[in-house]
Amino acid sequence: MRAGGGGRLSAFLFRRPRLRLWLLLGLPLAWLVVVYLGSLVVLLFAAFWDTDSFTGQVIHTFTLENFQEIGETPVYRDVASRTIQMAAMVTVADVVLAFPIAYYMARVASPRTRNLLVIAVLMPLWANYLVKAYSWRTILSEGGIVNWTLDPLGLGFDGFSTAGLWLTFTYLWLPFMILPIYAGLERIPDSLLEASADLGGRSLATFRKVILPLAFPAVVAGSIFTFCLTLGDYIAPGLITSEQFVGTVIYNIRGQALPTAAAFAFVPIVVVIAYLLVARRLRAFESL
Amino acid sequence: MNGRKHLALRIGFGGLMVALAIVAASCGGGDDEAGQEGTAAPAAWQIEGLGTTLDEIKQLAREEGQVSVVQWAGYAQLTEEFQAATGCQVNTKDGGSSDDMISLIQTGEYDGVSASGNASVRLMGTGEVSPINSDLIPNYADVQEGIKNQSYNSREDQPYGVPHGRGPNYLMFRTDAVPEDTDTWGVIWEPDQLEKYNGKISIYDDSIFIADAAVWLKATQPELGIENPYQLNQEQFDAAVELLKMQAPYVGEYWPGDVAKQIQSYTNADSVVGTTWPYQYVQLTAADPPAPVKAIKPKEGTTGWSDTWMIHSNAANPNCMYLWMDHMISPEAQAAVAEGFGEAPVNLKACSVTTNPNHCDEYHADDESWWQDVYYWTTPTEDCGDTDDSTTCVTQEDWKAAWTEIRG
Repeated sequence: MRAGGGGRLSAFLFRRPRLRLWLLLGLPLAWLVVVYLGSLVVLLFAAFWDTDSFTGQVIHTFTLENFQEIGETPVYRDVASRTIQMAAMVTVADVVLAFPIAYYMARVASPRTRNLLVIAVLMPLWANYLVKAYSWRTILSEGGIVNWTLDPLGLGFDGFSTAGLWLTFTYLWLPFMILPIYAGLERIPDSLLEASADLGGRSLATFRKVILPLAFPAVVAGSIFTFCLTLGDYIAPGLITSEQFVGTVIYNIRGQALPTAAAFAFVPIVVVIAYLLVARRLRAFESL
Repeated sequence: MNGRKHLALRIGFGGLMVALAIVAASCGGGDDEAGQEGTAAPAAWQIEGLGTTLDEIKQLAREEGQVSVVQWAGYAQLTEEFQAATGCQVNTKDGGSSDDMISLIQTGEYDGVSASGNASVRLMGTGEVSPINSDLIPNYADVQEGIKNQSYNSREDQPYGVPHGRGPNYLMFRTDAVPEDTDTWGVIWEPDQLEKYNGKISIYDDSIFIADAAVWLKATQPELGIENPYQLNQEQFDAAVELLKMQAPYVGEYWPGDVAKQIQSYTNADSVVGTTWPYQYVQLTAADPPAPVKAIKPKEGTTGWSDTWMIHSNAANPNCMYLWMDHMISPEAQAAVAEGFGEAPVNLKACSVTTNPNHCDEYHADDESWWQDVYYWTTPTEDCGDTDDSTTCVTQEDWKAAWTEIRG
């Protein structure tokens, strides 16, 4: 047995830890570098290229005009700030909705109920994104369930609007907020709550001074998902509203002005990096 | 601990270098191909692997076994019959706008495209598409002469592809919301009308729609002197953009070539008036129950298209693509397209095989006077499409930038 090929190979590798590491990580690393970083690098380069005004083809000469255009044209600023506001509002709404659900799941529900709730929260993630976006189109439309309910009250709701999109996004990303908060709350040891009670803390004080500070990094972790996903999405805005968002603008201009689109893509990238840096300060990564 | 971190850094850095090298290599690749063309002097229409006679093409097509085309939704017809006859399986990919189609065909993954004028002119300009040898496409002889060798499907009398069919962009409205005898674009341009249909207006989401504003201005503000809605000087262009910006707050929905989205909106009455392709109108009236919609060519005229099936210069399946072009102008396919999409065929032999015997009359296939005020999509160019040096027009690039601003 000891003289077998497998044994010799493992003996060979045993003496060469460096090679062992390369064999183990080579493929995933190549994937990450070539496919993932590679496409990002292409994007970064494209932002500095020029386009032919007739054919719309990319000309490989260095220019900063694209960034100038993004900076100087008011419409790009409006669209960027609209998108960031939307991302912030969706995040707030998701926190407000997710926290009670996650709290109930983690600290109140029986194990059986908890499992059922986890399944219920995960269920929407099994359905295709497009199906969910299109169903919200149906829900929000003139003859949809929202207006059908409001109609007898003499009210109407313009579903294909910013408000409608806000509802849609809040629904779409809710599970991404619930799960981190749930995990964060579950990690809080019961002993801390007992200690708080022993020291005379009422439930509200315990919640405010013990649970909330401990769960806060988890909330920030969840917000990374809701914020970043909203920032980059172009399908739901295209379906629900006629207002433009960063994703839809990039999608619309990429055919004729790929470099401008690439330059505009820097906006969400910079915003997300800034957001992640803040999140790291708030220790969000430790609760992911 | 420190050493391991160091290694990780080195791996990461090395990886980045590899990525850069790959990018640099792939960018350089494009330049080589141009140099090879000069060595031999084949006919302009010759594509590598394409047979030189019809028999040879048919034989080689069997080996290829497939063809991939970029199309406007609903264009490819009788694909099963085509496969049975030629052995070529047809893979289609829908484009939502001409820009969309150009970026799709530029991937090099497709053998051909059904290009509208605002794509075909650019594609011929870049050499992305190849001239054709019409002798190898028997049905070409039956195509209406008036549509052959136009600026959008040929260069110097050398045809680039076969005409597919033509049609107008309609004004479509729900008859339960808009008066049935409406005959003007005013319902989507005049302030009091916009107020009336606020939030229920459906507009095509592409910069080419600026031409629709120009069509309206041409009819209502003759002092601007607009002749061709695609050749606008700065003053005319600014007027059109201003009109569109005035309209924008009232628009309920911009549909980006997504026909399903517009059909749903009209069905649910989320949209009651706007621009459309005949395809959506045909679908809406054929639905069960049919939606109460009407589509017209308003008295001011309209934009439209005259499309061309073109073959990619480096098509992987050139023989199947040649047979496909021939198939698409056969009377049967022409009839199916014309009725399915709602357009006029270019092969009038189709008129005797349409299910509705009056289709060709209803769509004015042979009535040139009806098409006088249908302005086919084309690419706005700086020289205004003429040789007169004194005139300059706003280019495609500015149209695109303006459209982003109009959308806000």
